[in-house]
Amino acid sequence: MSNNKLKSEGVNIQSHRLSKKEIEDNFSDLHAPLTQIEALIEADRCYFCYDAPCTKACPSDIDVPGFIQSIRSDNLTGAAEKILSENIFGGMCARDCPTEELCQQACVRNDHEDKPVEIGLLQRYATDSVLDNGVKLFSRKKDTGKSIAVVGAGPAGISCAHRLSVLGHNITVYDAKDKLGGLNEYGIAAYKSTHDFAQQELDYILDIGGINIETGMELGKQITLDDLQKQFDAVFLGCGLGTVNQLNLDNENISGVIDAVEYIANLRQTSNKDELMVGKNIVVVGGGMTAIDIAVQSKLLGAEQVTIAYRRGKNAMAASEYEQALAKKHDVQIQYHLSPKQLISNESNVSAMEFDVMKSHNDGSIKATGESLTLKADVVFKAIGQKLVTEGLADNNLELEKGRIVVDKNRKTSLTKVWAGGDCILDGDNLTVSAVQDGKLAAISINETLTQGA
Amino acid sequence: MADLTSNFLGIKSPNPFWLASAPPTDKAYNVNRAFEAGWGGVSWKTLGEDPHIVNVNGPRYSTMMSNDRRVIGFNNIELITDRPFQVNLKEMRQVKRDWPDRALVASVMFPMNEESWAKHIPIIEDTGIDGFELNFGCPHGMSERGMGAAVGQVPEYIKQATEWCKKYATVPVIVKLTPNITDVIYPAEACLEGGADAVSLINTINSIMRVDYDSLTMFPTTGGMGTHGGYCGEAVKPIALNMVAEIARNEKTKNLPISGIGGVTTWKDAVDFLALGASNVQVCTAAMVYGFKIVEDMKTGLSNFLDEKGMNSVDELIGKAVPSVTDWKFLNLNHVDKAVIDQEKCIKCGRCHIVCEDTSHQAINYSNDEGNRVFTVDDTECVGCNLCVSVCPIVDCITMVAMESGTDPRTGKVITSEPADWTTHENNPLKVS
Repeated sequence: MSNNKLKSEGVNIQSHRLSKKEIEDNFSDLHAPLTQIEALIEADRCYFCYDAPCTKACPSDIDVPGFIQSIRSDNLTGAAEKILSENIFGGMCARDCPTEELCQQACVRNDHEDKPVEIGLLQRYATDSVLDNGVKLFSRKKDTGKSIAVVGAGPAGISCAHRLSVLGHNITVYDAKDKLGGLNEYGIAAYKSTHDFAQQELDYILDIGGINIETGMELGKQITLDDLQKQFDAVFLGCGLGTVNQLNLDNENISGVIDAVEYIANLRQTSNKDELMVGKNIVVVGGGMTAIDIAVQSKLLGAEQVTIAYRRGKNAMAASEYEQALAKKHDVQIQYHLSPKQLISNESNVSAMEFDVMKSHNDGSIKATGESLTLKADVVFKAIGQKLVTEGLADNNLELEKGRIVVDKNRKTSLTKVWAGGDCILDGDNLTVSAVQDGKLAAISINETLTQGA
Repeated sequence: MADLTSNFLGIKSPNPFWLASAPPTDKAYNVNRAFEAGWGGVSWKTLGEDPHIVNVNGPRYSTMMSNDRRVIGFNNIELITDRPFQVNLKEMRQVKRDWPDRALVASVMFPMNEESWAKHIPIIEDTGIDGFELNFGCPHGMSERGMGAAVGQVPEYIKQATEWCKKYATVPVIVKLTPNITDVIYPAEACLEGGADAVSLINTINSIMRVDYDSLTMFPTTGGMGTHGGYCGEAVKPIALNMVAEIARNEKTKNLPISGIGGVTTWKDAVDFLALGASNVQVCTAAMVYGFKIVEDMKTGLSNFLDEKGMNSVDELIGKAVPSVTDWKFLNLNHVDKAVIDQEKCIKCGRCHIVCEDTSHQAINYSNDEGNRVFTVDDTECVGCNLCVSVCPIVDCITMVAMESGTDPRTGKVITSEPADWTTHENNPLKVS
């Protein structure tokens, strides 16, 4: 295991690279919220398409033209209801969805002006209105007497719990961490979720009632899947990916080589970001959103040189073009076709990283060119994906494939009483919005199963 | 450069853009600024008997806006001039002296007794004004006192008051008409009978803008109570254009000169009025929303337009479109249009489909093959109604194309160049054989 704490290494790794004020400014909202007049004008740009492509492109089926029409008429509660009834995390998704690849990519305005309606910002405008004013949109149906265990208090689990509560069931949510929210709380880039929004949103969602919370409960340790199946009428697994992939290089546990996910979680939880240890020269290994997030946030914390090293070419990168552009805007270098070869260290810390230079071939494969490249590095962030912790799952005849839980279209697993969703399932796409949809679909399916013949 | 000079009833002005009788022409200060900005003429804010009227000390105006706060419609409850008669006369005399090349018309409103007209008209004319405009249109306040629209709604009163004015005036008399009537032809013919030299229209339309969503009172109010006001601005232009065209094509009134009023905001609006029979236009709301400077674009826009059309003067444009206006019963029922969608331009929003499907003739088909959205016209259902064109957000994406030959797939009828209208249609019980 690698050492996940950064130690001070003189000028190479130090805190207070920027003043408190500079860091506060750097971590303010990535996109300022719309004012009322901006929202009205933007809402007017929506063509109210029939069978709207934006809605088709939304993993959580939000009626986009419908909620925009309600913004246009100053019916913000109606707008928020349209959003939140499909996606209870509509507020967070408005902040962290890659809209440029989803709804906004599908906007017909791209066809003739290359400037889609700002759906994400409009969604935030509508949802902020009910969250800020505590407008209650949902209430519980008559108690069904059924109880369901939800493992994981991330977007998938809470989405499932909320929908089940609306339907009148009683839910117990278990989470290994102290705080609820999963990646909304520990993972999403800080400038996408400012002012403790994740907790504000959770408070709003849990206000429905009927949801009992148990923190510090980890599957396979304090709780077991076996027991849950015995104690509850149904179980939903939304436990996410509990551990990260490793580089599998010789001296991976040397100081300065750390998991990006861990560092981001720290960054999200600290109230004094200026006190975080920050490297001078940083290499990020990976090509997904986590790689972009850690790279950009390192820059915002005052790192001098940040380079993302990715094995394949630009088009293969999991991070969207928009995210790549965001990184470049923050002076992050993105180097393609670099495959980790070895870590070079001085006595106490990593000092550089050597890569094989790769080449993409037409069949999609990549091969080493024989050349190599060395990048100076005081800190190396590993952002090469996460994986499911299978302890506590594997012994239960739960069908897994490629290290993930297999589910059907209703998010039901191979076990009679168990459903799953979010990053832990096969084909999970690491998006908050998809996790929320999984939770919602699972809840609908659980409800149908539990109320059959009732 | 086309000649923009205007000669309306012998009243000359450097361009056909006049400011209508309204707040912008209330006093010399405003009118001087208007002339400096380039307006061709003004109709001075309506004069009445002393003691002068008073206005409310609360909201006089309110607007209907688009979401980007562009003014679409405008309403007001201001009355005629609230300054002493002599103060206005003094200023008018000075302004006419200072701006001899601009048109200055006095808008007037007097009660239905000849003495009042006999007393006031000669004194006003003595200031050197170029003409009178009789305000028979103001729909609020003054109409409660038997003037304004209360006169304009009764053809006999129009005729009578026009006769009185003509009797005591030597300069041209224009009668300004209210749209708050059933058929504008009746007041227009009454003007003619009363000896009017011209009509101007439209004055404002009776209106309440909305309610206040907090207090659930009408909006706006003066301390909690409100009253209907006159509606104007862009939104009323189509109503005005119809009335202008009706007078311009009516046998009796077709030679009666018209000053067009109602929502003129750009030179294009002026083209509409001129082509439909007006000889000049009067503007108020656009100036009250944007200030006097907007006249600059009106002038260059109209001039450039005339150049493009190969016209040398405004006169050549006047009435051009009038012959194209007719009664419904004379429309050619043998003419067949079909909607055509330019698939290259189509952005696949589907608005044409859903409005046709929900509210019209189910003539636009939709297919979605794995996200490939295609909208096509079904000629066997298309009645050529133009709804799809009217809602399409893309310019020239959907057009109406006339069938020149063949058979209309909807009706099975052979296309013919022979026109046929309702007057001879077999379904018409009153058809002429």
